[in-house]
Amino acid sequence: MLTVVNSPLPDQQNEARDITEAFYRQMYTIRKVEQNLLDLFAQGYITGTVHTSMGQEACDVGVINALDRSKDILFSNHRAHGQFLAYCDDVEGLIAEIMGKETGVCMGIGGSQHIHKGNMYTNGVQGGIVPNAVGAALAEKTKRTGSVVTVVLGDGTMGEGVVYESLNIASLWSLPVLFLLIDNGIAQSTPKQLEHAGDLATRAMTFSIDSASIEADDVAKVYSTAAQIVSEMRERSRPFFLHVRTARLGPHSKGDDTRPKEEIELLRQRDPLLKIAANLPVDLRMEIEQKIDSRIQTAVEKAMLASHPGLEQLRRA
Amino acid sequence: MEKDSNAVVLGEDILDPYGGAFKVTKGLSTNFPDRVFTTPISEASIAGLAVGMALRGMRPIAEFMFGDFITLAADQIVNHAAKYIGMYSDQIKLSLVLRTPVGGGRGYGPTHSQSLEKMFLGLPMFHILAPSHFVHPGEILAHAISTGYPTLYLENKLLYPEVLKLEQQDGAIHRTVYFDEHNYPVVALSNFPDNRKADIAVITYGGISRLLGSILNKLAEEEIWVTACLPVSLSPLPIHLIRSLTEGIKKILVIEESSPAFGWGSEVTSALYDAHAGKLDGPILRMGAANSVIPASKPLEEKVLVSEEKILSTVFEVMAW
Repeated sequence: MLTVVNSPLPDQQNEARDITEAFYRQMYTIRKVEQNLLDLFAQGYITGTVHTSMGQEACDVGVINALDRSKDILFSNHRAHGQFLAYCDDVEGLIAEIMGKETGVCMGIGGSQHIHKGNMYTNGVQGGIVPNAVGAALAEKTKRTGSVVTVVLGDGTMGEGVVYESLNIASLWSLPVLFLLIDNGIAQSTPKQLEHAGDLATRAMTFSIDSASIEADDVAKVYSTAAQIVSEMRERSRPFFLHVRTARLGPHSKGDDTRPKEEIELLRQRDPLLKIAANLPVDLRMEIEQKIDSRIQTAVEKAMLASHPGLEQLRRA
Repeated sequence: MEKDSNAVVLGEDILDPYGGAFKVTKGLSTNFPDRVFTTPISEASIAGLAVGMALRGMRPIAEFMFGDFITLAADQIVNHAAKYIGMYSDQIKLSLVLRTPVGGGRGYGPTHSQSLEKMFLGLPMFHILAPSHFVHPGEILAHAISTGYPTLYLENKLLYPEVLKLEQQDGAIHRTVYFDEHNYPVVALSNFPDNRKADIAVITYGGISRLLGSILNKLAEEEIWVTACLPVSLSPLPIHLIRSLTEGIKKILVIEESSPAFGWGSEVTSALYDAHAGKLDGPILRMGAANSVIPASKPLEEKVLVSEEKILSTVFEVMAW
């Protein structure tokens, strides 16, 4: 188990301030994009489904920033907007994609759950991407690139059998796969205690995979933990299972939340965005927020004007 | 694997000295120890690993020990392998082959004898191939892994001991090879020398092919002139070639090893009616296995599956119309 988490030393304080600012930018961007997406859905500009990452930003931003974006690989699931923005900051491409416009990262064909850019791949079926991530790690190990592959799981995903096949193979073949279990305690509408026997955090240990369990309330803490894990994984070419406890502040999708208001209110008090906001001077924070608000507004306006993809853009065979 | 350093092979029990349940990979792990991976009994992950490797530019060839086990990888085939190219708007290629032995005739019983390709036929961005001994299977495999499409490659178990028949002429049988739009061969066999039209066209693939040499010779003795069409690609279906090869032939018989209901033969028949409506002498006939489990008992299995005798008697029946 990994336990050491270093706090920044005094002479690192300026750097820490820059990092806090950068993390706040990313987390605020995710939150605002998600809020805009829900509004656009309510107004009828988005169809299908919108799984938002609100409340989970500290996990997404903390872990993704610990990766080497030039070569590391990321597989994720149906709830990947936050990781996508932390990975590549393509606000415009994401909004257009989810609005089904040809200017989206996948021309509007993939939509919210099926995104690909650079080394990031998502799919909407639970568990299926996990062996894909293990295969990608095998490919990178064979090519000796030194890349680490991260695959995002939810607590609900842990019900899929193929996850356990993948844990076994990743450990057996000593592949650098970071299994990132984002445990928000609820799968769609079903609380964890109705889905799982035993402890999720320790499940990978039986496959001899080093594991850690952390709370995602503080982005800096998530980042330093993940950075240490990824660096060790790269060195040793071993998998790791990181269990991150987090809270989904929004509904599963669109507006389908059936949890009691009081329960959500309690979760809001743990909102990692409020926590990091408190570490920044108000004027700086306002300046950051204003820029991001206006960037998102422009992105929405552009996406509104963009065309939907045509049949000729759809690959057929 | 010598020519392509990105080619890797994975599957169950494929290492030497065992070399796979049907010995297809024998020698590979000795010659390429770093690129041959023996896996746990985890079919979903075998397909999933292949997809992940292909996403990162490798060319994986995965073996499923029996074609019956492909259902364990159905989610990987349908929702992953067949989806990534289209849903990522054509930004990626996915060169991978899932190889598997299929078919009955060896008394393996209900879950080790099936030809389940009908479950995946017609899936966009997913190719299904069934070579025979009238083409070079190695060349087809090498081509399949370079197309950028995920591909299911079906090897009929009873074809393993057959000798390749690649000559233009073998006794009374003439072999002509055409190529479809993905460069897969469609073999036409005929049991007559000149340019006359055949009396009957037989359209089939894979394991049934091993019966054709004997059938065509016997029918030639009876002066029944046959053109047999053997596409390697089952899906997508090279229907233009099949249509032109059957143009002007009055009787058509479509044969598959699996039970014919909701199958490959239905699609071929429907497409041929579109092309040849009003020009045929009688309906297009279809043959396949009984719609039952494939029994382990050898004599009963023979009754369930298509055989040379059944094909011959069907042809005689059709010719008597």
